[in-house]
Amino acid sequence: MSQILKDLLYTKEHEWVRRTSNTRVVQVGITDFAQSSLGDVTYLDIPAVGTSLKQNQVFGSIESVKSVSELFAPVSGKIVKRNEALVNDPAPINASPYAEGWLVEIEISDESELTKLMSPESYESVAQ
Amino acid sequence: MSNWPLKTTLSILQSTPGHEGFSLPSLDVPEAPAPTRARAAKPKLPELSELSVVRHFTRLSQLNFSIDGGMYPLGSCTMKYNPRVNELTSSFRGFARLHPLTPDHFAQGALELMFHLENLLSEISGFARVSLQPAAGAQGEYLGIKMIRACLEARGEKRTKILIPESAHGTNGASASMCGYTVLPVRGTEAGLADFAQIEELTRAGDVAGIMITNPNTVGLFETEIQKITQLIHDRGGLIYCDGANMNAMLGVTRPGDAGIDCMHFNMHKTFTTPHGGGGPGCGGLGVSKTLIPFLPVPTIEKNPSGADDFILEHERPQSVGKVKDHYGHFLMMVRAYTYIRELGADGIQKAGRDAILLANYIRERLKPHYDIAYDKTCMHEVVFSDKRQNKNGIKTLDIAKRLIDEGFHPPTIYFPLIVQGALMIEPTETESLSSVEKFCETMIKVAGEALEENAFEKHFKDRPRHVAFGRVNETLAAKQLKLTWKDLE
Repeated sequence: MSQILKDLLYTKEHEWVRRTSNTRVVQVGITDFAQSSLGDVTYLDIPAVGTSLKQNQVFGSIESVKSVSELFAPVSGKIVKRNEALVNDPAPINASPYAEGWLVEIEISDESELTKLMSPESYESVAQ
Repeated sequence: MSNWPLKTTLSILQSTPGHEGFSLPSLDVPEAPAPTRARAAKPKLPELSELSVVRHFTRLSQLNFSIDGGMYPLGSCTMKYNPRVNELTSSFRGFARLHPLTPDHFAQGALELMFHLENLLSEISGFARVSLQPAAGAQGEYLGIKMIRACLEARGEKRTKILIPESAHGTNGASASMCGYTVLPVRGTEAGLADFAQIEELTRAGDVAGIMITNPNTVGLFETEIQKITQLIHDRGGLIYCDGANMNAMLGVTRPGDAGIDCMHFNMHKTFTTPHGGGGPGCGGLGVSKTLIPFLPVPTIEKNPSGADDFILEHERPQSVGKVKDHYGHFLMMVRAYTYIRELGADGIQKAGRDAILLANYIRERLKPHYDIAYDKTCMHEVVFSDKRQNKNGIKTLDIAKRLIDEGFHPPTIYFPLIVQGALMIEPTETESLSSVEKFCETMIKVAGEALEENAFEKHFKDRPRHVAFGRVNETLAAKQLKLTWKDLE
């Protein structure tokens, strides 16, 4: 059974969203279910800091031994930070999807979009 | 298990100073130094005797798994046996030694063979014409979309989108993109087919150039609404490309050209027994409907219009999309495909297609009680299962695949198509006898049983394969630490 953290929000594209101490900024990653279905991640392609995103827009890709999958922006906003360590070694995405394997931090432009995300309970039905 | 060949290493690392594999006659002209030397240092070539080189490559070939060594049920790849008679005909001096720049009138035999092969493929597929020029299926696919674009532009239309069902082949999107189109995905229905209602919806705006459909599709099912789809796309001004990778299921049973398809590539290495892999040279002809004939690449092979009883290469075709390959593609692959078709004859071709379908359905029925089936209905030349039942006990598709290697089978295609979670895609082809297919099924059933045992992973699946020269390889290391030349190993 894959792990679903209670304090995060989720998307049907198997991404998680975490509110940070800065209320305008959220951290984004892929779920435990996503990493286990993908298998070992070999390559990550995420845009530079400063890139503007629209909710549900494809903003990057993640490549594993099985396939290349697209990353969808869970919220609209601007990328303010990316996990540089993953560019050289994406292994933490598999080993620690909810902590060291975070992908980007986004400054939200429309907070109401957060209400469109899934609760841990409703994500559970998608992640199986 | 024999301990030879156990391991091998790069030829450069086997080099022994002073060893050589050639002998030159003694110099019979005065020795003179080259005026200037272009390179600063001597090239670093391995010093090896002829026998060492032969052993090196023989060893490499023995480490490989091939259809000549065992069953190769790699779904979507149609791993047929390559009959040895193909090698006989393609080595005939007149074919093998023919220079590509030989004038037409000295290459009549080759032109005649290509002319007849084009006609045979047209007959088998129902297309108005065939070009044998593309060097591979993917290039045929690219050419098909390029021709669709040229045709629409000749009609004065600028359409920007192409539909691709989720059950189509993976390369389709790349071809559409390279030809400047935006790809609109079409979802699959619960029954595993392209969703007609969505195609209808997406084509209403009139900006769709066409659809790239794979038939039978990647889950091994025949698109039963294909004629409805081609009719609709044509009514709305678009054209239809079909991915011909799964042509084996249609051989002598149905013809894509008759279903209203405008173009389809052939994978000669799948359907018509030319060798797989090795980086080419390959051959991926393209069949086209009447609508697309003016846009065929040059040259085309024609009967001499002067009435003489010979063939010419026609370069004057004003609407042609141009050339996609130097000369006329890879001729010796065409000789092999031609040999295969003539060897089988019309009845044999039909039997090949029917047997391929029958064997896939035999596997479907035999394995259904043991593996979760993705779409439970009559399949075509391949059948897709998943690891759903085994996964509950921690055994995944990859574990099943590695386990099969130790039983002497090449694994099926795994994790493809992507629309089936943990897919195991099996394609026996008509090459295998019923008894070898049954042996494969018995092994799959045995492995399914092992997967449900307590502590199954530790007992049966850990560190597989164990009985081959190279055991479990790290699947991601090569992708993470690129070592592309021997210099990276020094």
